[in-house]
Amino acid sequence: MTTLATRPSPVTGPPAQPRGLSTAARWARRAPLLPALIFTIAVTQLPFVATLVISFLQWNSLAPENRGFAWLDNYLAVITDPNLRNSVLTTILLTASVVLVSLILGLGLALLLDNKFRGRGLVRTMLIAPFLVVPVAAALLWKHALYNPEYGLFNGILGIEMDWISEMPLIAVIASLVWQWTPFMMLILLAGLQSRPLDAVEAAAIDGASGWQVFRYLTLPHLRQYLELGGLLGSIYIVQNFDAVFTITSGGLDTANLPYTIYQTFYQAHDYGAASAAGVVVVIGSIAIATFALRAVSSLLKNEVTR
Amino acid sequence: MTRRAWRPWGALAWFAGILFFLPVAWMVLTSLHSESDAATNPPSVLAPLTFSGYAEFFGADGGASPWPPLLNSVTASVGSTILVLLLAVPAAYALSIRPVQKWSDVLFFFLSTKMLPVVAGLLPIYLIAQYTGLLDNISFLVVLYTSMNLPIAVWLMRSFLAEIPREMLEAAALDGAGLITTLRRVVAPVAMPGIAATALICFIFSWNELLFARVLTGVVAGTAPVFLTGFVTSQGLFLAKMCAAATVVSLPVLVAGFAAQDKLVQGLSLGAVK
Repeated sequence: MTTLATRPSPVTGPPAQPRGLSTAARWARRAPLLPALIFTIAVTQLPFVATLVISFLQWNSLAPENRGFAWLDNYLAVITDPNLRNSVLTTILLTASVVLVSLILGLGLALLLDNKFRGRGLVRTMLIAPFLVVPVAAALLWKHALYNPEYGLFNGILGIEMDWISEMPLIAVIASLVWQWTPFMMLILLAGLQSRPLDAVEAAAIDGASGWQVFRYLTLPHLRQYLELGGLLGSIYIVQNFDAVFTITSGGLDTANLPYTIYQTFYQAHDYGAASAAGVVVVIGSIAIATFALRAVSSLLKNEVTR
Repeated sequence: MTRRAWRPWGALAWFAGILFFLPVAWMVLTSLHSESDAATNPPSVLAPLTFSGYAEFFGADGGASPWPPLLNSVTASVGSTILVLLLAVPAAYALSIRPVQKWSDVLFFFLSTKMLPVVAGLLPIYLIAQYTGLLDNISFLVVLYTSMNLPIAVWLMRSFLAEIPREMLEAAALDGAGLITTLRRVVAPVAMPGIAATALICFIFSWNELLFARVLTGVVAGTAPVFLTGFVTSQGLFLAKMCAAATVVSLPVLVAGFAAQDKLVQGLSLGAVK
């Protein structure tokens, strides 16, 4: 299978760079790349540097006269603030459960759709729909039309009177996100299933392998890459989720994740220093995840090039 | 997967499909009911259909008009998508067809920017907007959305351009075709579907974005998602109207997504899934 590279950089050398290009020729090669590179550095990297600087400042825009260097006070506040610690936990819990559940459901659906049956195209289209509803619209829909204790669809179908959001707030948010992300996982895994070499499956069937054995020893190893990819991309987006938390619970009832908490610290409490320190903490956490994730993607790239 | 097993599997798939589609169908159905039929217990599925929810959403009944936010969303999404393509296509060319040195490092740098949470850069961006007077200005969102989608677009475009057979490029060079001719006659025809898919994905991400828009815009430049969050709190809840609004705002993405299902998944997985 795929071996993880220790470093993402030495991926391959596809068309090798001819040696001895003149300086002008080398710049001609770089020229098309530079606008995108400079733009990306300016708009994505410089703000992070600024965040880093602000994180060492005491800066609350409601108390402008009280501005100054704060050493590590903001970081201490971040580490000792129970709200923030909670939101770290919530972020991990939310991301892990949404990614895992939608991966498992997506795998099940992909396996179902890999069979031939009447109306397969229509079922596929219906299954994709949740992913194509604008996230805020989806969150509003779940909050008001589905979860509402008085006239929501769920209670209407089940014939009960339950206040879903206040009784199980985090699960309510997770369920709506699983609904949105399962189609995405299904699409990736379905693409994986359909690229599976069928002759091996047929050979295994002739050798008397059971359906489960084929799945366990042929399908699943083949899908590993696709599972990794889905998990990685899902994590990147769900760690940053703001729409569902903001709309469904407004961060209440222990559902505030890091993006929501930072938004609140800076947008409502106006504590720029603390918000920045929290932001830097998120970045450090993300770098840890990203280092692992980049290796996974690096193995994908390797496969693509050596294909 | 024997022959006799496919029937129950098909039924199960249908069941799952309907289950996942149910909330979407419910959104559309509720949007077509009158307010009094929309909020009933038990739900009134068979109530008469009406477009009053849509009429109210589009301002027949007073209240804020949704047209400015919808137009802002179109401006931000289309504008940033065009900018992204203008920057990403040459960059992808430099990373795949005539690669610069250390092209994979550059590629990973682009991807790594997607792994850092946007919220950690939000404050300086807000301050910059404030000091430059670009708060509540749609062109500022265009720039931000461009930076948000550019890394994905570069990855995608690179993987699409990498599919062009090298022999085709060499043959063109042997025939004496210049850069422009090669781009126009060889690269463009092969890359066009990829460019279209990339554009579609950038459009969807920009159209969906809430956090930046929420923090950086106000009365003038608010986008459709911001408008959606706003009118529920300011006017109380009108379920039919809300569902009409959610349907209208989701419609461009739903239509585009259904039309390009296959390209969408290839694109969303950064071109890694063929």
